[in-house]
Amino acid sequence: MPILAENEPHQARTDISPATLEQAGDEWALGGSWTARELGDMPRRLDQLACGSSEVVLNGEKLAALDSAGAWLLQRWLSRQTASPVFKNWAPHLQRLMDRVAEGAADPPTAAPQKSFLERVGRSATANVEQAFALLSFVGETAAAATRQLAHPGRIRWRILLRNIQIGGFDALPIIGLTSFLLGVVVAYQGADQLKNYGANIFVVDLVGYAMLREFAPLISAIIITGRSGSAYTAEIGTMVITEEIDALRTIDIDPIDLLVLPKIAALVIALPLLTVFADITGVIGGMVMARSQLGVGFHEFIERFGREMHGATLLVGIGKSVVFALIISGIGCFQGFRTKGSADSVGRQTTMSVVQSIFLIIVADALFSVLFSMLDI
Amino acid sequence: MPNNNEDIVIEMQKVCTRFGSQTVHTDLDLDVRRGEILAIAGGSGTGKSVLLREMILLQRPTSGTIKLFGEDISTLTDAQSHRLRQRWGVLFQHGGLFSSLTVRENVGLPLREHSALDDSTIDGIAEWKLSLTGLPPGTGLKTPNQLSGGMLKRAALARAIALDPELLFLDEPTTGLDPTSSAGVDELILSTHALYGLTIVMVTHDLDLLWAVSDRVAVLGEGRVLAVGSMDELSHHQHPIIQSYFVDQRAIISKSKISKSKVRPDVPAQEDTWRAK
Repeated sequence: MPILAENEPHQARTDISPATLEQAGDEWALGGSWTARELGDMPRRLDQLACGSSEVVLNGEKLAALDSAGAWLLQRWLSRQTASPVFKNWAPHLQRLMDRVAEGAADPPTAAPQKSFLERVGRSATANVEQAFALLSFVGETAAAATRQLAHPGRIRWRILLRNIQIGGFDALPIIGLTSFLLGVVVAYQGADQLKNYGANIFVVDLVGYAMLREFAPLISAIIITGRSGSAYTAEIGTMVITEEIDALRTIDIDPIDLLVLPKIAALVIALPLLTVFADITGVIGGMVMARSQLGVGFHEFIERFGREMHGATLLVGIGKSVVFALIISGIGCFQGFRTKGSADSVGRQTTMSVVQSIFLIIVADALFSVLFSMLDI
Repeated sequence: MPNNNEDIVIEMQKVCTRFGSQTVHTDLDLDVRRGEILAIAGGSGTGKSVLLREMILLQRPTSGTIKLFGEDISTLTDAQSHRLRQRWGVLFQHGGLFSSLTVRENVGLPLREHSALDDSTIDGIAEWKLSLTGLPPGTGLKTPNQLSGGMLKRAALARAIALDPELLFLDEPTTGLDPTSSAGVDELILSTHALYGLTIVMVTHDLDLLWAVSDRVAVLGEGRVLAVGSMDELSHHQHPIIQSYFVDQRAIISKSKISKSKVRPDVPAQEDTWRAK
């Protein structure tokens, strides 16, 4: 086969030695393997070398191998010299590679445009404003779609809704129960020392009760559900955007909001308050266990005082909050999913953004609730 | 015909592949010779892509021996398989470009990973490789999702040849491209082959591509290689599957081309502007 004869560099890779360049008058002798792996510090050496003005003779007699990297490097050096190159003793296939490199070397690599600090600030500011408007329009669209569906309850997709409740709510029971139980233990344990000092052991009931029902149960459920369901919503919708499934839905005239967003929002609005009640129960049980072992407050005593001191309003405050949290989690989750653009890494970015924004907004909402409740004296 | 081991790059003997109860290959034999362009053809579901994945160490056959550059893959150490992997480049069907990197960073990645060259040199080499595949200047700074299908294949090819591999695998290099872009890919494969003298193994359905570039074609069917030979030999082959594969498809393609050119003779192809010069 004729091609084999021209193909020696690839066969001769067994005798690999570093690239060398030696000068003798106007003649430069290349030696060793001028390949990406063997070039070593040749780029820096070439930068410092200059040759005469008339012509530069390149002797390729001892050149063992030359690949694109070596050829490109040599060509870059030659193009910086005023002298014209003369190739001496070059194998024809290596000469061909050099000719090809010389053709293409006319285009120097275009430098990546550097954005100034001011430009970056400006761009990120406009991007944030744009995102805020997009969120507003998403909320509006979703509200309009929800109103349409409530007006025609026959169009509600019950199967999808129930499935979402199962995945987002029922399947989350074990992790929420365990986390909340441990949180109850921690709250009781932290209070135990202080209460013991004042001999106010029995007040551990109020401590655990108010802390869990009003704050910790809704908050911990919301945060776990953000990580569990909010991120999943973004990833699911984001992937559907990339694979053009969302566009496909639109073309067969199914509103993606009807099919993907509303069932998710409704499912969380139903599931999260229920999960919060479950978290209330396991949290208080955790506190109860700790109260007995650390403070000597028996189960019977605990439950009796709990029934006397806790009011329905305390429970409802927590549940009310969790409804708002559910709207935030599902809304942001779906919204960020639809903001996915282009490629796989965008899904990851939007998912991160979705979780961070959800948790941030949940804490902000919780703080606003505290202010509101203290003003209303609840 | 060269028959000594030096000239055979890939040697597959009695390769069997099964997924559960489904059998893909039974006792498949195939050799790839140094410097040739071997195409693997065959209908859907005949295990072309599985065969390719077995050649590039992404998948293990159920039984049988595969030798790459004379080394048996069943006894490879980690170091040996690392060395082997650096000797070939792969163009995946959907490009397989990393979407979080720019096109230029994609092409420079193998160099960055396997050589000690500095960044500006690597960027320069990557740009040159991109221009070699016929992409216009400035493409290197885009991200893969900003490219059209044909440009994506070119950029992916630039990455596959970044380290000047001895062996190049192409998985359906023209699938999803319009006829003009496919013709551009034909030329690109031939010019790459001529420049580096490398061995090319490609999986394809595209009869035009088979006629234009392949030295030998292996037709898969019934879990084995039905026939290996040049396109001329195969088009006169008597096996009914091969007959139907070549004759029927050829007829369909030429018919559809005629009807289209009759309807719209004046419309230039969209991606004409960046075709290889």
